[in-house]
Amino acid sequence: MTTLNGHIPEGPVAELWDKHRFNLKLVNPANRRKHKVIIVGSGLAGASAAATLGEQGYEVECICFHDSPRRAHSIAAQGGINAAKNYQNDGDSVYRLFYDTVKGGDFRAREANVYRLAQVSVSIIDQCVAQGVPFAREYGGLLANRSFGGAQVSRTFYARGQTGQQLLLGAYQALSRQIEAKSVTMRNRLEMMDVIVVDGKARGIVARDLVTGKLSTHLADAVVLATGGYGNVYYLSTNAIGSNVTAAWRAHRRGALFANPCFTQIHPTCIPQAGETQSKLTLMSESLRNDGRIWVPKNAADVTKDPSSIPESERDYYLERRYPTFGNLAPRDIASRAAKVVCDEGRGVGPEVNGQRRGVYLDFADAIGRLGKAVIEERYGNLFEMYERITGENPYSVPMRIYPASHYTMGGLWVDYNLMTTVEGLFGTGEANFSDHGANRLGASALMQGLADGYFVLPYTLSNYLASHKPAPVSQDAPEVKATVKDVEALIGKLTQAPDPKHHPDYYHRKLGQIIWDKCGMSRNEAGLKEALREIPQLRDDFWKHVKVSGEAEGVNQTLEKAARVADFFELGELMCLDALDRDESCGSHFREEHQTEDGEAKRNDADYAYVAAWEYTGDTSTPTLHKEPLEFQEVIPSVRSYK
Amino acid sequence: MSQENMKLTLHVWRQSGPQADGFFETHKVSDISPHMSFLEMLDVLNEQLVESGKDAVAFEHDCREGICGSCGMVVNGMAHGPQNLTTTCQLHMRQYKDGDEIWIEPWRASAFPVLKDLVVERAAFDRIIQAGGYVSVRTGSAPDANEIAIPKRYADSAMDAAACIGCGACVAACPNASASLFTAAKVAHLGLLPQGQPERLSRVAQMVMQHDLEGFGSCTNHGECEAACPKGISINFIAQMNRDYLKSQLLSASSLTRKTAEKHA
Repeated sequence: MTTLNGHIPEGPVAELWDKHRFNLKLVNPANRRKHKVIIVGSGLAGASAAATLGEQGYEVECICFHDSPRRAHSIAAQGGINAAKNYQNDGDSVYRLFYDTVKGGDFRAREANVYRLAQVSVSIIDQCVAQGVPFAREYGGLLANRSFGGAQVSRTFYARGQTGQQLLLGAYQALSRQIEAKSVTMRNRLEMMDVIVVDGKARGIVARDLVTGKLSTHLADAVVLATGGYGNVYYLSTNAIGSNVTAAWRAHRRGALFANPCFTQIHPTCIPQAGETQSKLTLMSESLRNDGRIWVPKNAADVTKDPSSIPESERDYYLERRYPTFGNLAPRDIASRAAKVVCDEGRGVGPEVNGQRRGVYLDFADAIGRLGKAVIEERYGNLFEMYERITGENPYSVPMRIYPASHYTMGGLWVDYNLMTTVEGLFGTGEANFSDHGANRLGASALMQGLADGYFVLPYTLSNYLASHKPAPVSQDAPEVKATVKDVEALIGKLTQAPDPKHHPDYYHRKLGQIIWDKCGMSRNEAGLKEALREIPQLRDDFWKHVKVSGEAEGVNQTLEKAARVADFFELGELMCLDALDRDESCGSHFREEHQTEDGEAKRNDADYAYVAAWEYTGDTSTPTLHKEPLEFQEVIPSVRSYK
Repeated sequence: MSQENMKLTLHVWRQSGPQADGFFETHKVSDISPHMSFLEMLDVLNEQLVESGKDAVAFEHDCREGICGSCGMVVNGMAHGPQNLTTTCQLHMRQYKDGDEIWIEPWRASAFPVLKDLVVERAAFDRIIQAGGYVSVRTGSAPDANEIAIPKRYADSAMDAAACIGCGACVAACPNASASLFTAAKVAHLGLLPQGQPERLSRVAQMVMQHDLEGFGSCTNHGECEAACPKGISINFIAQMNRDYLKSQLLSASSLTRKTAEKHA
């Protein structure tokens, strides 16, 4: 039985990280070269950790499934990165960023982790500027900031609408420098298929070469999974097509607990689905809500009418109506749910897909009238162009249509304060872990967390692990290594030789995604979740009978790659529903219809559910064991989030 | 531009490996909606191929929103297809009409060997960055971010250059298969910022040398790269790189790093 110990130091929250860093053991510089660390993933969390550990002198091997580490999906983040610099002199502080993040997460994150995140946020900006990240600047030459996601202070640093790209390229360049210095060995086009666990400790991985199809084993003293989130479980999401849960899920099957899987963020401003063959949804920056007004027709009969022909009196600006104070800037989870409510009432606009119109207007007519087209173009020109490229409609003359889409996952591998999972020597960083965002992530905090983990937290805690455990050498011939390779071979065999192959893996992914979106998406209820828990195993059985992978396993085979990822989404999807069923309260992104106020707001239940739900794999994905890590709040007293 | 669903004839490059001969294979797809992206149209083809037991067409793609730089194919002779400032993943089928024939090929350059079908190996780009496309700064040793003020126009110009997504369209479009635009974008991004000054000349010397070692051709000012670039990166940056490169050579090899000297030898 796994016992959960968060290893959170004791004392006042502001002193914890400094004290903890002092207590962490160090590895003598001369001995660092003797320790090998594998880092899986080369996004913000992975590349920053690989570069930093390489600089410190460890032997690092970094694995990515792309052709280059620069392609990781961190690159697509648009908005910005938060840091408690208080350069705008508007009352920001480490404490305020900490407070906002704990509250924004609806009191389901650990205070100690969040405080540390806020503390190191300031060093991240320094580091990135020194690397040459071209953040936006004011005319005086100093860094510009903006307010983001409804924050009352301007603490967000940004590089046009490409902040993720620029931060990732900064980390990629730091990583490239270490590759050239030969302290990091980069392995591109290699996909991790399993973790090798020897005597209860993570000692390496089995990977598949995506060009030759060959399996290889990579042994090390510690393994870091910086493999991103699982938002693609819904099939349609703003994630990259390749984003997947495979690395984290295989680790889960080897003993790492998976925490809060039902906490998934649905972003309110995405371009709606245009047809049934659509492969992904594109995010439109949330900043559009600063000037755009969101509405749908009051009457379902008007949904197909030309929007300009619908008079003001016949429009329902539902966010302004329901949340007069925050209006169109209501937080992500609230804005998303409100859009679903009006579309479920039959008042959605745009094309009908799978029998429903899922879209609401985001209208700039008022803003253009008030400020002029030139100002709107200056503020949002590139976003308007992107919208037109995708939809063929000109948002200067026709209101944009938006709808919520899966965007980020707060849940992930359970890790302690040192970012270590329940498998010794196996660490989880960035979006792949669960630790800092609770039940809802604030805008511009994902980039902050990925880089905090990689540059400033993991390098210390990983050194401590190596110094205190001194892992003994492990041989390629160890029975655990061979057995893990066999397991992967068996999996590939099963995927390529289904008894009655009929359907492309995407056929199943679309069906699975629809079940989870409908029943474990923006709102959930007991009956729906139970239904999903019946449907998912049935569909999964069908998948294993009829999945069709053509081509050879020995060579480039993107259909096989996809099939293996879909297989893991099936198991994760079931766990999400189990978790959502267990959490019989509404909090943050997790809205249980049974728990709402009279006017439809979420009702949290701190007495019974102020815990992290960490699930243990038991050998049967339908009956995992739940472990609870109680959450204690010493600084930020839980209160009701109100945006009225 | 069509609004009805289309039938199309696709001539797709198939090649089983770097050493194998390639050829065009013809396929028909139907019921293609004008709202589909080009890659979704290829998804439809692949689903057909797989379900009839044939090998899917391999192509690279990931974010499908024009930023990761994974996708790239030559469509009817144009890198990333006909639409300006648009990656293949953001190209939509409303650019085509019912009955069109579309020829789809990989990037063609000897420095980008074909791995399979439309997938090419672009590791040469990574090696150019590894040769010097960074600022040598250790984690933790940075001064306060506002310590150095940077005039907005330099910061903006650096951002224009830094917008490169590393897709390789510049190479595919260039008659010489030169990667000058890619290399210059990084040289200029870092060279425009105060943080990039200490290594400015050694950086350009090393990166240009690596560019040449990889087998990319030289720039002869055709300007095709700028026209194909989905991020609109200006060839003015190539002029800037050439100026810096000349300076680095005039200042003699002794001021450059040992590594450069070794590569010369």
